[in-house]
Amino acid sequence: MKRRASVVVIGGGISGLSIAYNLAKLGLDDVVVVEKRYLGSGSTGKCGTGIRQQFTTKEHIMLMKESVKLWEKLSEELGRDVGYRQTGYLWLIRDEEELSVFKENVNIQNKYGVPSRIINVEEALEIVPYLNPEVFIAAAFCHKDGKASPFKTVNAYYEAGRRLGVEYYTYTEVRGMVVENGRIRKVITSRGDIETDKVVNVAGAGARKIGEMVGVNIPVENYRHHIVVTEPFQEFVKPMVIRGKLYFTQTERGGIIGGIDMPEKPDQPLRARLDFLEVFATNLVKVMPILKNVNILRQWAGYYVMTKDNHPILGEAEKLEGFYIAAGFSGHGFMMGPIVGKLIAELIMYGKPSVPIDALRLERFERGELIYERAVIG
Amino acid sequence: MKIVCRCEDITYEEILEAIRSGYTDIESLKRKLNFGMGPCRGRICIPIIVKILARELGKSVEEVGYPSERPPIIPLPLGILANGEDREEKS
Repeated sequence: MKRRASVVVIGGGISGLSIAYNLAKLGLDDVVVVEKRYLGSGSTGKCGTGIRQQFTTKEHIMLMKESVKLWEKLSEELGRDVGYRQTGYLWLIRDEEELSVFKENVNIQNKYGVPSRIINVEEALEIVPYLNPEVFIAAAFCHKDGKASPFKTVNAYYEAGRRLGVEYYTYTEVRGMVVENGRIRKVITSRGDIETDKVVNVAGAGARKIGEMVGVNIPVENYRHHIVVTEPFQEFVKPMVIRGKLYFTQTERGGIIGGIDMPEKPDQPLRARLDFLEVFATNLVKVMPILKNVNILRQWAGYYVMTKDNHPILGEAEKLEGFYIAAGFSGHGFMMGPIVGKLIAELIMYGKPSVPIDALRLERFERGELIYERAVIG
Repeated sequence: MKIVCRCEDITYEEILEAIRSGYTDIESLKRKLNFGMGPCRGRICIPIIVKILARELGKSVEEVGYPSERPPIIPLPLGILANGEDREEKS
């Protein structure tokens, strides 16, 4: 294990791997990633695979617009297929009231250059056959949204980072940090200490705990969400389909992956719930009756790390120089991974990222400058 | 060519290659190759792959361990489960 590093990245999910890769790409040859379990073992590897720009705030839309540009070239950049497919997001609209909200959302998205549009039921059925036309009156569609494989993306970032000299310590836990005269001096891990003056807290569901180690309060709460995957079959559900709190699509291998929001208290252990399967199956079969004979293969749970305004926390902590935070993605960490890695690496190397992220700093919570995102699903 | 995972057509050679390229814990290896996620639910392939990994690393099967289990134990049709609560409330 290295005893010194320019930057220690705490967390081996997509954002941590992307930050480490981008730091190495910008010229740092001694970046270390410390991961408690295996790479992608947290929310990244548990996620629903979707990548969208259909958000409702300028901050989210701009971030995701830039992230999609990176996703479009990510396989080429990393030298390995990440399973990215630009197959769109199809949002089924249930009634007139929802339709007026979606019209507003589409206006905001179009204003910032995202080509979403409202389409009718017939057009939606051309994009996804076998949808039940009785359960929606129109849809919002953005063909530039899509999906990718979390496992392939994790491995592609890992292998590309390794080629650039990034070192990865898996099954290694951060136990504390030493801070002297307002600066970080070292990170204490279960496998030894690493001297450094820059740490990135990108620990996902563990981000609050990592913050506590240095007295920085990170106001996030971990909410358990459930996901299911079915046996594979020929692909006809190409986009991510959303209706209310239900979402589903087909993975590259052909299984339906999807979920639905269930009432949960924060910090529940990642155990599966049988009642989720019933609620998911009921709603899915209603939206697409042809799926009733498809077999469910696996069910699991992962955390949405929620902030009060559903936007991530990005930036350096004002209270502690050299302590960078990329956390609280509120269910959108996978899709934002490529842009977050680029911007945090630029912030560390140049002091200024190429897309402004000032509005997303930690201190917005103390100042009461929240940004509200209403489009959170699953 | 020897097929080890019959759901995903993963060969013995692919397993060795992945282990030798750095996927040396059972969870990462599973996610690199996608074994244990098909209709057999890993009951055919996982014990074999755990043994291959143990042998390659010079460790015991206990040290290598088994990947996390995911319910249900056998595949279940969506239609059988589709009698739950209809979640129609607004976002």
